[in-house]
Parts: sequence; C-alpha cells; structure tokens
Amino acid sequence: MPLTKEQIAQRIASELKHGFYVNLGIGIPTLVANYIPPGVDVILQSENGLLGMGPFPTADKVDPDLINAGKQTITTVKGSVFFDSAVSFGMIRAGKVDLTVLGAMEVSDQGDIANWKIPGKMVKGMGGAMDLVASARNIIVAMMHTNPKGESKLLSQCELPLTGVRCVKKVVTDLAVLDITPDGFLLRERAPGVTVEEIQSKTAGKLVIPAEVPEIVL
Amino acid sequence: MNKVVTGPDEAIFDIKDGATLMLGGFGLCGIPENCIAALVKKGVKELTCISNNAGVDDFGIGLLLQQKQVRKMISSYVGENAEFERQLLSGELLVELIPQGTLATRCMAAGYGMPAIYTPAGVGTEVAIGKEVRSFSGKEYLMEYAFDADFAIVKAWKGDTLGNLIFHATARNFNPLMAMAGKITIAEVEELVPAGSLDPDLIHTPGIYVHRIFEGKNYEKRIEQLTISHA
Repeated sequence: MPLTKEQIAQRIASELKHGFYVNLGIGIPTLVANYIPPGVDVILQSENGLLGMGPFPTADKVDPDLINAGKQTITTVKGSVFFDSAVSFGMIRAGKVDLTVLGAMEVSDQGDIANWKIPGKMVKGMGGAMDLVASARNIIVAMMHTNPKGESKLLSQCELPLTGVRCVKKVVTDLAVLDITPDGFLLRERAPGVTVEEIQSKTAGKLVIPAEVPEIVL
Repeated sequence: MNKVVTGPDEAIFDIKDGATLMLGGFGLCGIPENCIAALVKKGVKELTCISNNAGVDDFGIGLLLQQKQVRKMISSYVGENAEFERQLLSGELLVELIPQGTLATRCMAAGYGMPAIYTPAGVGTEVAIGKEVRSFSGKEYLMEYAFDADFAIVKAWKGDTLGNLIFHATARNFNPLMAMAGKITIAEVEELVPAGSLDPDLIHTPGIYVHRIFEGKNYEKRIEQLTISHA
C-alpha cells in the first residue's frame, strides 16, 4: 500500500533529532509537526518571523498578528521569539536551521528541485522557497511519487523552472524513501507491499537499487 | 521635534503618481490599513509597490489594484488575488517576483546604507538571469541591489512622538526593514504615546528612520486563514 500524506509526514518526522531547528513548508511538510517522536524536542521556524511555533489556537486565543508562513493563525510555545524577515532569512542563509522539509513538483537525480512555477499558468511566486533551498544544510522533499497524470516526478532533469540546484538530500514519497547520491536516487526503503519494480517503473531519473530494500516502518 | 501628523491623509499628502512605495506586512498581517485606504481615496496612479504580497481581492494592496492604481508589483508571493491575476494576464500590471529573503535583505541594505548584497537564493534559476554571479569560498552568489523607494509605509503596534516603533508578534515581518529603507518613512501605529514612554531597550525601530507618525483608527486586521484547534 502506498503511504498516505499523513504517513509520508510520519516517516519524515522520524528523521528529526533532539534539538533540531526545523522549517516546515506548506502542504505535507506542515503535517510533520503532528508526528514529532516522544522525547524529541525540536523548535519550529516560521520564516515570516518566529522561532517556537505552536499548534493552532483555540477560538478564544486567535491573534490576527500571530500567523505562520502559510498565513494560518497559530500559537507560540515556551521560549519562542519573534524577529523581522531579514533576521529570519539571515538565520536560514547562515545555515542555522538544521532541517528544511518542503514539497516539490519535480526533483532531479542530482538534487535539483522545481516547485514554484508552471509556465503558461498563473505564477504565484517562490515566496521563501529559493532562499531555503539555497542555504539549508539538510533538505528533505515530501511529495507524491507521480503527478495526477501518473507521470514520474523524480526525473533525470527537471522540466519546470528550477527553485534550486543540487540541494535536495532526501525524498520521501508515497512509494519510497530515496537519498540523493552522486550516482542518482538511492532507493533506501519502499512503502509496505510496494515492489521495487513498481518504484523503478515510476522513477524516470536514475535509480540505484541496493540488494536489500526494506519496507518503511512507521 | 514632533513627527506626529493628523492622520493618513496628511501622512501621504505628497505621494504622487509614479511613486515607488514600500508597504509593510506579510499577507494581511501587519499591513498599513489606514494609509492604504488614504491612497485609494487620493487616487494616485502608476505606483510601483514593493511588498511581500499583493493583498486579497478586497483588502490590503488588493484595494489599490481594484482601482488600477498599481503599475508594478515587486513581491515574493502573489497568490490569493483574482483581480491581480486578471491584470497580470492582460498586461495592465507588471510583476517582478523575487525570493522572500532577497526582498527582505534588499530592504535591509537600503536601511544600512549598502548598495548591494550577495545571496545564494536563485543561483542557477531564472532569477539569476542578467545578474552578476560571484563565487565566495567555492559557493556562488547573486548580486542584488538595495531597493530605492520614495516612501516606506509601515504599521507598528506602538510608537512615540519621535517615531520610535515597537511591533507585535509576527506583524513585525517586513515593517522594521522597510521603515529603515524609505527616503520618507510613514508609520501608522495602534497606540501613539509621548516620547519617553517606551523603554529604550525594547524599541525595534529607532525614530531617526521615521519621518511621520500617527495613530491609526478602526483596524480590521483581517485573517487570511483562520485555523482553530479544538483540543
């Protein structure tokens, strides 16, 4: 069975280490916050200017001045801090954020990522994605393995306009966990019941298949 | 010294057609609602607006777009606005999309008196087209110029009669950066207090950067995505 979006988030959450500062993008990455393992303390960065993002507020605690980068109302946690957008991207650019998780339309087997523009359609803009991918020390992409037309999103070269070059370290999809290596996508794990052959057939980029590919354990 | 003006109409009295404005805020959070309303009323046109976002159809910068007062937007993300999309596709509106950190830091550079910055954001992408690329310690960076804005219009939580400003929560965002970057900076605040009332240790923007200040009225503070926990 392919993973659900929640299970993709859960698998990525197991990559979190105690003491990490983490930036979670919009979509599946946001769900990672729901699966932080017990005993692992991480501090969530929201690039509009907050370290220490908490859950959504109860109705009586909503503050229009307190939102995340997806413009959702949120709360703070103990020890949180606000800052301006230059400081926010300063800490990103300086490599202080340990892990960035974001979605993508395409990823190449060299770690290029495209996630901000589809030519000919409305362009909404890159927001902070280009800054994040250019500087983050560790970038995990959370996405479906194929697009709605069934075409592979893991390519030898991105076809859409790039967000960043050679920056993605790991991809977690509904079918597999893959590391970006100099030789291409290294297949680390497969979704329960999903065969290596199926992953191979749905991966357009170069796929390196080790002798043993264990199932994802959630 | 008294920087206090009577209200938004006086604050923006000399903004003319074709001006370049910085407008603080992230989404609809921390936007200068009173000054935007005054700009709509004044009807100035052909504006270039530097702002992270372009509001929604009927609020924020969306109100200026409705009246076709904006010639060019310089932003990082412009979703959530159908009128914006229509004007962009019809060619009435020019748009320059730039990475959010680049936007912030180009404001910062202006306020720090530096002509340009180097950032890795956009290297190898279409953002890099036509820009100087320079390598430092083996990593490539783009040169990006400091912004040059006629006016910066910001929204703060508290301010004093000397223009010192304090912001609240994530409504800070681009506001202090833009406050430092305008040739003329206009601040609207929720609470205006006499000089000396604010703790000097807690002021975010030194008043030297602020030319005009007033206490705004009737803040709507519209929420774009109301998300509630039922726990």
